[in-house]
Amino acid sequence: MKKTFKLLTLGLAATAIAAPAVAQDLSFWSWRQEDRAVYEDLIAAFEAANPGITVEFEAFEASSYATILSTALAGESGPDMMMVRAYGAFEAVAGADYLMPITQDDVPGLASMNETALLAQTLREDGEIYGVPFASQTMLVIYNKGIYDQLGLSEPDTWDELLANAQAIEDAGMFAFANGTATAWQNETIVSALGSSTIGQDFFREVVAGTTDFTDPRFVAGLEKVQEISAYFPDGFTGLDYASSQQLFVSGLAAMFAGGSFEIANFRNQNPDLEIGVFAAPGPSADDAKLVGVFFDGGYAGNASTEHAEAVKKFLAYTATTEFGQVFANELRNITPIQGVTLTDDLLNEVAQLNQSAVPYIMLTNFRYEEPSGSVLLQAEVQKMLAGETTPQDAAQAVTDGIATYYAPFQD
Amino acid sequence: MDAPDTTEAPTQKSRLPRLRMSGRGMWITFLLVPPLAVMALFVIYPIVSALAYAFYDWQGLRRGEFVGFANFSKVLFDEPFATTTWNAFKNNVFVFFALMIIQNGLGFILAYALWRDLPGARFHRIAVFLPVVLSTVIIGYVWKLFFHPIFGAVNQLLRSVGLDVFAGPWLGDPDTALNALIFVNAWAWVGFPTLVFLAGLQRIPSEILDAARMETDSELLLIRKIIWPLIAPSATVCFILLFIGSFNWFELPYIMVGLDGSPFGTTDVLGLYFYRTAFGNQSAGIQDFGMGSALAVLMFLFIAVVATVWTIYLRRREIEV
Repeated sequence: MKKTFKLLTLGLAATAIAAPAVAQDLSFWSWRQEDRAVYEDLIAAFEAANPGITVEFEAFEASSYATILSTALAGESGPDMMMVRAYGAFEAVAGADYLMPITQDDVPGLASMNETALLAQTLREDGEIYGVPFASQTMLVIYNKGIYDQLGLSEPDTWDELLANAQAIEDAGMFAFANGTATAWQNETIVSALGSSTIGQDFFREVVAGTTDFTDPRFVAGLEKVQEISAYFPDGFTGLDYASSQQLFVSGLAAMFAGGSFEIANFRNQNPDLEIGVFAAPGPSADDAKLVGVFFDGGYAGNASTEHAEAVKKFLAYTATTEFGQVFANELRNITPIQGVTLTDDLLNEVAQLNQSAVPYIMLTNFRYEEPSGSVLLQAEVQKMLAGETTPQDAAQAVTDGIATYYAPFQD
Repeated sequence: MDAPDTTEAPTQKSRLPRLRMSGRGMWITFLLVPPLAVMALFVIYPIVSALAYAFYDWQGLRRGEFVGFANFSKVLFDEPFATTTWNAFKNNVFVFFALMIIQNGLGFILAYALWRDLPGARFHRIAVFLPVVLSTVIIGYVWKLFFHPIFGAVNQLLRSVGLDVFAGPWLGDPDTALNALIFVNAWAWVGFPTLVFLAGLQRIPSEILDAARMETDSELLLIRKIIWPLIAPSATVCFILLFIGSFNWFELPYIMVGLDGSPFGTTDVLGLYFYRTAFGNQSAGIQDFGMGSALAVLMFLFIAVVATVWTIYLRRREIEV
């Protein structure tokens, strides 16, 4: 009896000591509180396939996420895995050696992702990838199909048709566009959503290569178009903030919203009866490629100093699988860079189609690494331009001069 | 505290009072240490570390090399940062003078009216102070709705009385945005100087006033020669607090116009500029602890020095009276 008891105690003690080494509890931080349920389902599927690994999903308020994450990482109390932003904000974390570099051996799914997606999670100074990119966002025109049908309008093929549509909507006593410029970053989305086709793909290629700058006539022409169409923004749009613009569209008072594809889910939630369509704002001629602006939102990354590196890599590999992408895209209504995912949502499919001819959301993808960032400059200058306080030429000049303070190709 | 005397063996007699002294010392220490520790941890340490941060180059979260005063010279003299800094500073100065006139001036007039017990004084004493207890978040949000260009109460009111020409995008127009914020601040905070001035007025001995009233019938002369000098301590409090508040102004502009000082910097103040530089504006920029810390240190020094010198000056004036 005594012996059995002793053995049992020993056995229990051994299990207790060994257990933490076997069970791997991973923490996973996110800024998407609203996506918790879906993530928990995804995690449950992962845990079922990987016994011994558990993942704890923890979400923080989006606007303070960067501060919380950076403080935790600096204090060595960061999570094992985390959502990180893309581009400049990504480099702030990755450049400080807090993230685990990942390769195609660790995450086979990376092999099938396109280069633009991977660039969003690549640290420029060493060329290594530190995150699995998760969603792309598209700058386009979202419109109210009900109003379009009611007035017998169709998706415009040329810039003039877009203007004619806007005029027809105003004549019918509605707001053509819901957009306002009081919230600074809206100015940048407006330019990308409305001006990309006029500016054209070549300009973007050249500006990225450093062979032209923003004073280029093609970019100025894009700004002129934005200025022209702002005549169809609501009266007093300079005082209209982002939330108010959203409300104008959701309530059906305005027919179009120039903005990001991330609005779609939100619009549908707020007004399920709203019938929504999307199109790329056209260029001056019907032959001009209809372009949308695209950027990647962020990625899933591992902590460089995690104690469970292998388990983390397993989870990251899982986030790049078609199985994960399928749920991520259809449940959370995102466009994923993972290949082989079929979208059940028609509208998302349409956005994915538009993404086939896209230009980068340029200030975020290429000029948000140093201060003053291209975004800071463009947002303020466009706000000024639409308030009638500067011209497209002067705005373009100011943006170029600001970036030129640190960017060599713009200095001559 | 004295160092313990170890040269002589203490006698029983001399030990007793010494023990009592150290007991008292311990009691004082016991009372002082916790607040001092909290102050050191949450006030002095952050200030000192911000001071240290300001002398380094930062790449994101990674501290780079020691750069001396480079961050300071960058925010003060290098373009385009210098323009932003001086524009924000200029706006802070404008806010301070405007609030000095509107908020403190109106505060004094209201206090005087309440003190003279005009009809409804009891009700108004509470009404005037009510907005002060509201959270700035609520005030900012509600006034933002009032100023809404399409549905806002302000424009609706103007239109309903035929003043359509004045209806406009209050927070989006560079000519009105900062003034609108100043108005809201004054509306919300006017109760504070009112209360402080009222307390000062109520402390004036009635004999002095009675004596003065026998000399003159002029209320203005009475205010200028008797009342104003006697409530100088109240004025000191109102002026200094308003000065500190104006140069630390953050919550109201942040809630009503956002981090960028929209439209295009016309409502930008040092607090907003510091915040978006140090912590990054998620939808526009990146974070730079070095420059942010330099801004914070400059703001702290400016406020501390001016507030100290001014307090000393105002206090002297009080004593002379």
